[in-house]
Amino acid sequence: MRIVLVGVSHHRAPVELRERAALSRDQATELARRLSDAAGEAVCLSTCNRTELYLADEAASDAERRAEAALLALEADLGPALYRLQDEAAALHLFRVAAGLDSMVPGEGEILGQVRAAYEAGAAGPILDRLFRQALHAGRKARVETAIGESPASVSSAAAALAEQVFGDLRDRKVLVVGAGKIGDLAARNLLSRGAKIEWVANRSADRGAELAARFGGDAVGLDRIGEQLASADVVISSTSAPGWILEREQVERVLPVRKGRPLFLIDLAVPRDLDPSIHELAGCYLYDIDDVQAVVAETLAGRRREAERAESIVAAEAERFREWQASLDVIPAIASLRARAEEIRAAELERAKLNPSERRAADSVTTAVLNKLLHLPTIRMKEAAAATDGVIYADAVRHLFGLEDER
Amino acid sequence: MAELLFWPALLAYGEAAVAYFGEARRPGVAGRLATWGVRVGWLAQTALLAVQAARSDGFPWSTWAGSLNLFVWLVVGAYLIWGCQARYRLLGLAVLPLAAVLFALAHAGGGTSTHGVSSYSNLFLVLHVGLVLLAFAGFTVAAGLAALYLWQERRLKRHERTILRVRAPALARLDELAARTIAVALPALTLGIAVGIARLRERGGGIDALMVVTLATWFVYGMYAVLRVGAGLRGRRAAYLLLAGFVLVAVVRLALPVTHFS
Repeated sequence: MRIVLVGVSHHRAPVELRERAALSRDQATELARRLSDAAGEAVCLSTCNRTELYLADEAASDAERRAEAALLALEADLGPALYRLQDEAAALHLFRVAAGLDSMVPGEGEILGQVRAAYEAGAAGPILDRLFRQALHAGRKARVETAIGESPASVSSAAAALAEQVFGDLRDRKVLVVGAGKIGDLAARNLLSRGAKIEWVANRSADRGAELAARFGGDAVGLDRIGEQLASADVVISSTSAPGWILEREQVERVLPVRKGRPLFLIDLAVPRDLDPSIHELAGCYLYDIDDVQAVVAETLAGRRREAERAESIVAAEAERFREWQASLDVIPAIASLRARAEEIRAAELERAKLNPSERRAADSVTTAVLNKLLHLPTIRMKEAAAATDGVIYADAVRHLFGLEDER
Repeated sequence: MAELLFWPALLAYGEAAVAYFGEARRPGVAGRLATWGVRVGWLAQTALLAVQAARSDGFPWSTWAGSLNLFVWLVVGAYLIWGCQARYRLLGLAVLPLAAVLFALAHAGGGTSTHGVSSYSNLFLVLHVGLVLLAFAGFTVAAGLAALYLWQERRLKRHERTILRVRAPALARLDELAARTIAVALPALTLGIAVGIARLRERGGGIDALMVVTLATWFVYGMYAVLRVGAGLRGRRAAYLLLAGFVLVAVVRLALPVTHFS
C-alpha cells in the first residue's frame, strides 16, 4: 500500500484560491467517502490554511490522479499551487502539520483538533488509521515536550496573557472597555474567554457602545464617566480614535486610595494613544501600549520559532517510526507464511511419530521451543532489513528459499 | 547512617539550586529536574531527622547547628507546598540555594549528627524551638515570595519582552500567598515567644540580644499584618516590609545564636 498526499496550502496559494478549495466538514466527509470508494482509504483535511487529500492505495499514480482531479474540480486554477507527496514524505508532512510546524503561526493549537476531526470524518483503513493516530501523537508530543504552543501569538491574546501576569486567574476580574474598535473588541473577547467580566463599555457613539455592552453583558457608560469606574475596575482596554488622552494620570491618581493597593492593568491599543503614559509610573498601575504588546508578541513568536527546531526533531523521530512500521508491512506476510509452513511441518511430523500422550506433550513442547528459537533471528533480521528498505528483497528470498511463493 | 543521608540530601538540594538557574534561563526540563531534586532532598533530610530523633537522647536539635538543620527542613517543606507547581518553580531560585548553604552550615556545626544531648525538657524545646523555627521558615518562604514579587513587578514596569516566555507567578497571587504564609507564621512565632517568656519567668535568666531581635522581628511582621488588614497594605511596599523582616530573621538565625544557645 502506498500513501499519497495532494494538497494546497497557504505556502503556495493566496487566500482567494484557498477559500475556493475550502470544504465544510460534511463536504470533506463526502469527498473522503467518494475517494475511498475508488481507492482503498481516504481522508480530507480542510482548514482555512489548507485543503489536503490523503489516500492509501496499491497504485500511487492512480490515487494521485484521482486526488488531483478531486481538488481541481473544486477550483480549476489550483493546478500550479498543488503539491504532491508520497509515503515517507507525506507522513512527515502530516506530522509537521499536526504539530503546528507548517502553520502560519508556528505551534498554533487549533490544527491538532482539525487533524483529529478530519481523521474521524474520513474513510481511514489500516494505513491511514495508523498514519493519523501517529500524527496526532506526534502533535501532542511536540506540544508537551516543547514550549511551541505556550505563548500567545496575537496582540489580543498577548494583552489577556499580560493581564494574567498581574492577576493570575482572571475569573470575575472587572474589565472596562473604552472604545468599540475591532482590536479592543478582540482583546475584550479574549479576556472574556478567560473568565473576566466586561462590566462597562464606554464609547463616543452611545448606540455602538450599548450594542457592544449588550453583547458582553455589561453596562454602557459615557466617556466622561470613565473615572468613576476606575475605583472598581481591574483591567482597562482602550482603543478609541480620539486625538488626545481619554484618561489622564490625575484621574487614576484620585482613585488609588479607594483601590487600597489593588493592581490596575491598562492596555492602550489605540493610535494615537488614549491613556496618559505617565499612569504607568503610579504604584500598582501597569500600562501597556500597542508597541509594548507587539514587542512581547514578537518575542513570543521568536521563542516559538526556537522551540520549533526542537519540535522538528520530535516529529522527524515519529515519522521514522512510522516509516519502519510501514516497511515492516512488506515482510510481515513472508514472516507469517514462514512460521505457518514451519508449524505445519512440525505438526505433521509429530502426528506421524508413534508416541504415547505424555511423550507427545514433551515432544510438542521441545519442538515448539526449537522452532521458535530457530525462527527468532530470521524474524528479527527481516524486520531490521525492512526498516533499512531491503525488506522486499529479503521477503522474496525467504519465499523462494522455503517455497512460499504460492502463499503470497 | 546520618552521613549516608546527609550527603544525598545536600547533593539533591544543590542539584535543585543549579537546575533552578537553568529553569530561569530556559524553562522546561531543568524545572522538572529541580522539583525532583527538592523532593528527593527533602525526603532524604526527613529520613535524617527521623534517624536523629530515634538515636538521640532528648530533643536532637537544641544546638544552633541542629536547629538550623530543622529550620532548613521546615523551609523546604513549606516551599514544597507551592514549589511543585510549574508557575512557582522560580521561587526555588530564591529558596533552594539558601537552603543548600544553610544545610551545609548545619552539617559543619555538627547539627546533622546523631549524638545530640539536650539539657532542656523535650516539651519545652518542641514547643519553643519548633514553633519559632516554623515561624522563621514561613518568614523565609514569604521573603522568597516577596523577592519574586519585586522581580516580576520590575519586569512589568520595564515592559520586558520576555515576560510571557519566562513566566513567573502573577503579582496578585504572590502577594496573597505571602500574606497567607505570614498568617500562619506570625501566630506560630507569637506562641513560640510566649512559651520562651513563660520559661524565662519560671526559671529566671536575662534577656539576650537574640531575644530582642526576635521581638523586633515579631513587631515587623505584626505591623505587616495590622497594616494589611487595616490599611490594605499590598504590592511593592508590602514586599519591602517582608524583606525587611527577613533581614531580622537572618540576623536571628545566623548572627546571634551564640548569645542564646548553650
